[in-house]
Amino acid sequence: MFRRIYSYKFLLPAAIVYIVIFIVPTLMSFFFSLTRWNLSTYEFIGLKNFQMFFSEPSLLIGFKNTAIYAVVTSGLKVVLGLLLGVFLTLGLRLTGYLRSVVFFPTLVSTIAVGITFTVMMHPTEGIINMGLQMLGIDGPDWLGDRKLALLSVAFVDVWKGVGFATVIYIAGILSIPQEYYEALQIDGGNSWNKFWSIIVPLSRPATNSVIILSFIGGLRSFDLIWAMTKGGPGFATDVIASIIYKQYQGGFYGLATAGNVILFIFVTLLVYPLSRYLTKNEVDL
Amino acid sequence: MSKRVQRFAMEFIALIASIVIFWIPLYFVIITAMKSPREASLMDLALPQVNLLWENIKEVFVYRDYMLVRAFYNSTVLTLASIALLVIVSAMAAFVMQRRTDRFTPWLSLLVLMGLIIPPAIVPTIWVLDGLQLFKTLPGLILVEVALGFPFCAMLYRGFVASIPKEIDEAAIMDGYSGFKLFFKIIMPLLQPVTATVIVVQAVTIFNDFTNPLYFLPGVKNVTVQLTLYNFTSQFVSQYNLLFSNILLITIPPLILFIFFNKRIVAGMTAGAVKG
Repeated sequence: MFRRIYSYKFLLPAAIVYIVIFIVPTLMSFFFSLTRWNLSTYEFIGLKNFQMFFSEPSLLIGFKNTAIYAVVTSGLKVVLGLLLGVFLTLGLRLTGYLRSVVFFPTLVSTIAVGITFTVMMHPTEGIINMGLQMLGIDGPDWLGDRKLALLSVAFVDVWKGVGFATVIYIAGILSIPQEYYEALQIDGGNSWNKFWSIIVPLSRPATNSVIILSFIGGLRSFDLIWAMTKGGPGFATDVIASIIYKQYQGGFYGLATAGNVILFIFVTLLVYPLSRYLTKNEVDL
Repeated sequence: MSKRVQRFAMEFIALIASIVIFWIPLYFVIITAMKSPREASLMDLALPQVNLLWENIKEVFVYRDYMLVRAFYNSTVLTLASIALLVIVSAMAAFVMQRRTDRFTPWLSLLVLMGLIIPPAIVPTIWVLDGLQLFKTLPGLILVEVALGFPFCAMLYRGFVASIPKEIDEAAIMDGYSGFKLFFKIIMPLLQPVTATVIVVQAVTIFNDFTNPLYFLPGVKNVTVQLTLYNFTSQFVSQYNLLFSNILLITIPPLILFIFFNKRIVAGMTAGAVKG
């Protein structure tokens, strides 16, 4: 009887859209990554697209950059998000204001943020280097320096996304039972102990969420990089997602699809063990 | 006493830091939008000699035969239609996925979870849309937004359905309600708080989406607000005043949502994050 009430008909509209627009293309990508095609006709070429990806330096750099970008952004979001989360649960004045200010960039268009920072990061006239000059520091060429450009974009990514990490941490810290703090007070612990022995271990679920979500986001990120550097200077900030776009623009659909398959494998291979490892070490409250 | 001084110092430093890190970029956008092209090209924080904000905004709107007006229209249709579909489709699916337990349910959950992690395969999606004659059309892009937003929304809904007691269903069934009547008359109204969350979070996400319109809705006639902004970067190289007027305009809709629904947005995002 419940089978009739909770009929699978309810799933039908979602299933149709999800299968046709998401599942089918995902499955087909494995096939088309082995071809040279132009949407209407294709030619089977085996693993040549993948060989290309692993031999061409301009494509190979995408792996390295994607990994660096994901690690740097998620690492900084964890550290800064935790510190901001602690700071915003101290019960200071201005907490409501600060929380709003930190969170708002999350809601602003990535393209708008990218353009604004690109202008502010101008090497000679941008306000960032002007400000540094007032402090007597010679600012670098943030987006023009091959070694620095990827980190500069990652820094903007953190500026925009840290508010999200912060609100997750605030929720996590506020859910820690009061008794732990009372016990610590009886034992005579200071605020240093409070941070390391209570807040850090007991906000582990929040840490795990922040790591997983920002790591996935970092691996897939495209729009901020595209708005700021388009992968340049040279290929210094090219990630897998921007390489996919470039190959698509060039009409190399098979190669672009191979890029998608590689990104798929890259993401699953890293995220699945990471989330298993993180949840295994979670502490029960 | 020293504790109070310490607290005050911390508050003061936080205030200064928030101004430098968050308010200066916003201030920079606003004053650049007010300047003349020549002043704007200096890229500095000086106040404009004359406030040209209104003229700049008008010029951005008129540019290329009212392209931005079309973009706002397209983005509004895209956002509203995608949200309407997402709400109904995800709520229905989540209801059955939460209530039913049989051999298939773990697989269904896995399939939905995959949608949160896996990056969509771009060119094969274009191939599918092309086959359905939906490539480069607004309905096609709406379906993409629904398919990609579905996992997140379904997850939010499923968490909330779990908190509705099954006794309510049973009572309705006793009264001779069918499954659909039960869902639309009783469950859906009870889901209203999540529906509100889904609406505001997805509104911001879809309105700000750049990547999907870039791939699935190319062409001058089809621009969305994010695409026009991106295109303007190459067209307004020497007119930062117009570029930043556009940035200002695009930031207003999310700002309004943020002012009115701040708590809902935060609640929705954290709920989705912790459960995922």
